[in-house]
Amino acid sequence: MTAHLTAANRARAEALVALYPQPRSALIPLCHLAQSQDGWLSGEAMEEIAELCGVTASDVYGTATFYDMFHLDKVGRHVIAICTNIACLLAGAYELVDHAERRLGIRCGQTTEDGEFTLEEAECLAGCDAAPCVQVNHRFVGPLDTDGFDRLVAELAAGKRRADIPPHGVLCRIERTVGLPGAKTTARPRAGD
Amino acid sequence: MLTQAPRIVTGRIDHADSHTLERYLATGGYKALHKALRMGREAVRDEVNRASLLGRGGAGFPAGRKWSMLRPSETTYLVVNGDEGEPATFKDHLLIERDPHQIIEGAAIAAYAVGARLAFVYCRGEFALGLERLTQACNQAYGYGALGRRIFGSAFSLDVVVHPGAGAYICGEETALLESLEGKRGFPRIRPPHFPAAFGLYGEPTVVNNVETISALPWIVQHGGDAFAALGVGSSTGTRLFALSGRVAHPGWFELEMAKTTFRDLIFDPALGGGIADGRALKAFIPGGVSAPWFGPGELDLGLDQDAVGGAGSMLGSGSVVVLDDATCVVRAAWRITRFFYRESCGQCTPCREGGHWLEKILRRIEEGGGRFSDIDLLMDVCDNLAPGLGWLPQQTTICVLGPSIPSSIASAIRMFREEFVAHIRNEGCPFDAALIAGAGTR
Repeated sequence: MTAHLTAANRARAEALVALYPQPRSALIPLCHLAQSQDGWLSGEAMEEIAELCGVTASDVYGTATFYDMFHLDKVGRHVIAICTNIACLLAGAYELVDHAERRLGIRCGQTTEDGEFTLEEAECLAGCDAAPCVQVNHRFVGPLDTDGFDRLVAELAAGKRRADIPPHGVLCRIERTVGLPGAKTTARPRAGD
Repeated sequence: MLTQAPRIVTGRIDHADSHTLERYLATGGYKALHKALRMGREAVRDEVNRASLLGRGGAGFPAGRKWSMLRPSETTYLVVNGDEGEPATFKDHLLIERDPHQIIEGAAIAAYAVGARLAFVYCRGEFALGLERLTQACNQAYGYGALGRRIFGSAFSLDVVVHPGAGAYICGEETALLESLEGKRGFPRIRPPHFPAAFGLYGEPTVVNNVETISALPWIVQHGGDAFAALGVGSSTGTRLFALSGRVAHPGWFELEMAKTTFRDLIFDPALGGGIADGRALKAFIPGGVSAPWFGPGELDLGLDQDAVGGAGSMLGSGSVVVLDDATCVVRAAWRITRFFYRESCGQCTPCREGGHWLEKILRRIEEGGGRFSDIDLLMDVCDNLAPGLGWLPQQTTICVLGPSIPSSIASAIRMFREEFVAHIRNEGCPFDAALIAGAGTR
């Protein structure tokens, strides 16, 4: 099999697998890792994750498709998620979604032609004291009114938010620096080795 | 009334650097873990039992009793449930981002008490900053000697793994969370036999405790279970972190003594909610997350008390209160809540998967003007199939309580505001002035 993960990410992946009593437990963290590398979760990545976790590629696909955060198609560099659940609805979230769709020229679930923005309607993001709640690449940027949304889009397009908003898929920029005492620190044998 | 109760879980988060090890140590951090390791497991469990600490995740089960139900085994796991997703709940998010060391210390205390050598902190995936802060705190705690081999020179060793979720509300349900932690779809497990205390993670006995429950442990160890139990009334002991949102002047989080403060205080006190937004009037409120039946102005003087709220026909649940004002369309509110459950149903059980979708479609057509007069009874009929509320088995028709949570808002809205449903159907549309309700159309 051709390796999809970079050498550095392959090492990270093997360290993640070693954290758990059973390798399949690393499946979701590994999907996040692949998505941080590519911005989305490709079929090639899922095949490599399957090999790392000791399951089939369809096990990975079946699991990944259960979870909203994994994108099995390419998405924009900035995934803008607007919560419309009860607290945000009461704060005008649907008006904001309507405005966002007009401003970006796409509907929720779509990506702009330049690959810059994907718009999503989110379920409650647990930021209800700052409604309507908005995340870009899972970083909180709300509450936003329509003018605030336009300013945000302009800043993102101009690359002015790179310091606080990493590319889509990058979730945790802090790496675990500690191993597990007694855990295997050597990489597990790869299938086919 | 507002009491002088100490802030047990939010004591240090007014500091801008509350998430750092330096601030944690400067404010008494990790002293409770030192003390617990000197006290011994039995004594720690005894203090938690004395505190009568009720689980803060939503079900309100006593934490000490949960620990005592563990099946004896060579291997026991602790899992901290940080998959906060109940709509309008934002307390664990706060604790994860602003005081991650308190969670690590609480987890170490709990793991010591139940004899776990490996603990997982399952953090909701959408909390990217929270995941970074937990991971940083975990790294620092190893360096400080609070995690890892022979903690603080004792015989106790513990590893903690911060595990990200990936966007599924159902994974907050403890058996679904364990499936997810095993790398699978978040399908709740059937009980019996899969009570986590007996057959949990990898089939081993497992304690699953909420972030806020875990966060209270350092204080309980430091000050004693009796001091915690001295706060509150009856079985509602200690303080609790309430999340207030919706059409209220000052939405936010408030750590309050249990039972002593009323919903009226929480919503109207100038130091708390500050009244209804824009000077409007209260129409209804949801007292404990969107799974809870609604209350009206007549229930404002109930205390924030698990038993009192339960006795009045609802639940304190996840401690989140949503305020609906007189400009809120209740059909629209009930529709949006129902839409959430229908989207988040895991799909295993037919009543939830299909019933949730039917309810969503019926509510949508009422709101959009296509409602029929028979729809009100139809809604109640589908609700009844989802949550029959029988006094004998099967008391519910689904594996977990997500499905049976769906009828709460619908049945409340119909019971309290039936004439509003009738008006929607008669007028063939929403009678609320579009200028009054935020947003137009149900999409």
